[in-house]
Amino acid sequence: MVIDTRKLQSEEDLEPMIEVCDKIHNIPKFENKNHEIKWLWAEEFKHEFPMQEPDFLNDRLKHMSFLTLCNHCEKAPCVRVCPTKATFKREDGIVLMDFHRCIGCRFCMAACPYGSRSFNFRDPRPFIKETNPDFPTRTKGVVEKCNFCAERLAVGKMPACVEASNGALTFGDLDDSESEVRKVLRSNYTIRRKPALGTGPSVFYIV
Amino acid sequence: MLEKALTGTKKYYGWMAALLAVIGVGFACYLWQFSFGLGITGMSRDVSWGFYIAQFTFLVGVAASAVMVVLPYYLHNYKAFGRITILGEFLAVASVTMCILFIFVDLGQPTRVVNVLLHPSPNSVLFWDMIVLNGYLLLNIVIGWKVLEAERNDVAPAGWLKPLIYLSIPWAVSIHTVTAYLYCGLPGRGFWLTAILAPRFLSSAFAAGPAFLILLCMIVRKLTKFDPGKEQIQSLAKVVAYAITVNVFFFLCEVFVVFYSGIPEHMDHIKYLFVGLHGQGALVPWMWTSMILMVVSIILLVNPVTRKNETVLVVACITVFVGTWIDKGLGMISGGFVPNPLHHVNEYVPTLPEILIALGVWAIGFLVLTVLFKIAVTIKEEVAGLA
Repeated sequence: MVIDTRKLQSEEDLEPMIEVCDKIHNIPKFENKNHEIKWLWAEEFKHEFPMQEPDFLNDRLKHMSFLTLCNHCEKAPCVRVCPTKATFKREDGIVLMDFHRCIGCRFCMAACPYGSRSFNFRDPRPFIKETNPDFPTRTKGVVEKCNFCAERLAVGKMPACVEASNGALTFGDLDDSESEVRKVLRSNYTIRRKPALGTGPSVFYIV
Repeated sequence: MLEKALTGTKKYYGWMAALLAVIGVGFACYLWQFSFGLGITGMSRDVSWGFYIAQFTFLVGVAASAVMVVLPYYLHNYKAFGRITILGEFLAVASVTMCILFIFVDLGQPTRVVNVLLHPSPNSVLFWDMIVLNGYLLLNIVIGWKVLEAERNDVAPAGWLKPLIYLSIPWAVSIHTVTAYLYCGLPGRGFWLTAILAPRFLSSAFAAGPAFLILLCMIVRKLTKFDPGKEQIQSLAKVVAYAITVNVFFFLCEVFVVFYSGIPEHMDHIKYLFVGLHGQGALVPWMWTSMILMVVSIILLVNPVTRKNETVLVVACITVFVGTWIDKGLGMISGGFVPNPLHHVNEYVPTLPEILIALGVWAIGFLVLTVLFKIAVTIKEEVAGLA
């Protein structure tokens, strides 16, 4: 995925994407911040790219919001540490979770260098505004995260955030040199989150 | 031999009843956690491991320390420790029991725990931790029990025990090494990402465990007719003295590397623990207390005059135990999670039910320990013709 942050200036620009993601994936809203579930959310530059912030960052980048989500890493630490293979990498590179196999040990949360994972500290169902029957709700005690809309990809649709992005997000096969996403990468300078860790994040940001 | 645990003085029954009461309260809180979820704890999206995993980490150390009595006796033929190897092994049994329980109460879906066996994943360090912990538990139960039985029957221990005893020595090192690998192999956690984590864990283990064993020996001497021995206690005290010194040295190595290199991702966690970060520093007084306790204990233990004074030795052992407990049981885990990978500072403080559940697990450990020590000591008394 490539995120063209030039087309996403303010938090309002991100809202439709976050909203649709929360809605279709049955993400609960909790009062208690400790229990928060987040798949797709907004962060400032200094949090999105900690230790990568230049001293004199231009004003636009300094104050804008960046889309934050699972990076579906090439060498995903969460997959490596999972003791039950509840978190696994699909052949197409998407990192998925089996909510029925997860024992809730939260090793994956400790392993993720991007803070992309959430844990169901309590039953989420009473806190879902409107349940989408096409996607499973979760039970207490399991971990979850962005799934790149695997359920939509399966029926030939783009991820919901990509669809709602007005062209700011490009999604496709990074291994296919002719794909749209590779074309965008060829013609733009992009950065990734914490590239030095060697995890190989699959989300690129045009800044 | 189990029947020895069923009879005792009024004090013994009272102590057991008190432990059962604490266990009852902890269990009630656990039932609440079981129905509500881990939301009753202070853990959060940012600090996703807390008090339970920290207790587990600390107790793995106490368990590993049995090797400090087993190794000198079996590998170096240091006869004096023959009297107390059983106490070390039974302490290990009780500690590993607590370790396993602490992991269990930390699970979000405890009823699915067998998935670890149904879908074995050798790429996960947790898989290996399960193997080494359960293996160590089994080794110590079998070895401790059979050696004690042989002693009771006045025969030499069975020949097949020897290889198991030798195996238990590297196995003890492995439980704490693998436990350290849970943390130090994670790419985005600067606090734990250090090759010296396993050595640090081992050094604090070999301080805390034997210090606790000394205290137990003194209690046994006071309450029963079995005397673990002055020489034994002094030898253990030397082990503690070296281990706690090495532990502080390792920590200073860490501090040098982190602050001389000046890499913020590594510095920020230690800053958070010792001076606070972005105005938050709930652990600051604790961490300094821990440091002071460890330094004081070095002074008391290295100096032969103070070490040989058993009253001072008690103080020194308590100092070591509390100091290392704060370091590992409080700071080590939440310190690694604050600041979080996005550099937000969200602190963690355990809640009351969380602490009560932890106390319940500790009480189960003490119950197991009391039963095992009661058996061992009663048999020692019998053999010596004191009973």
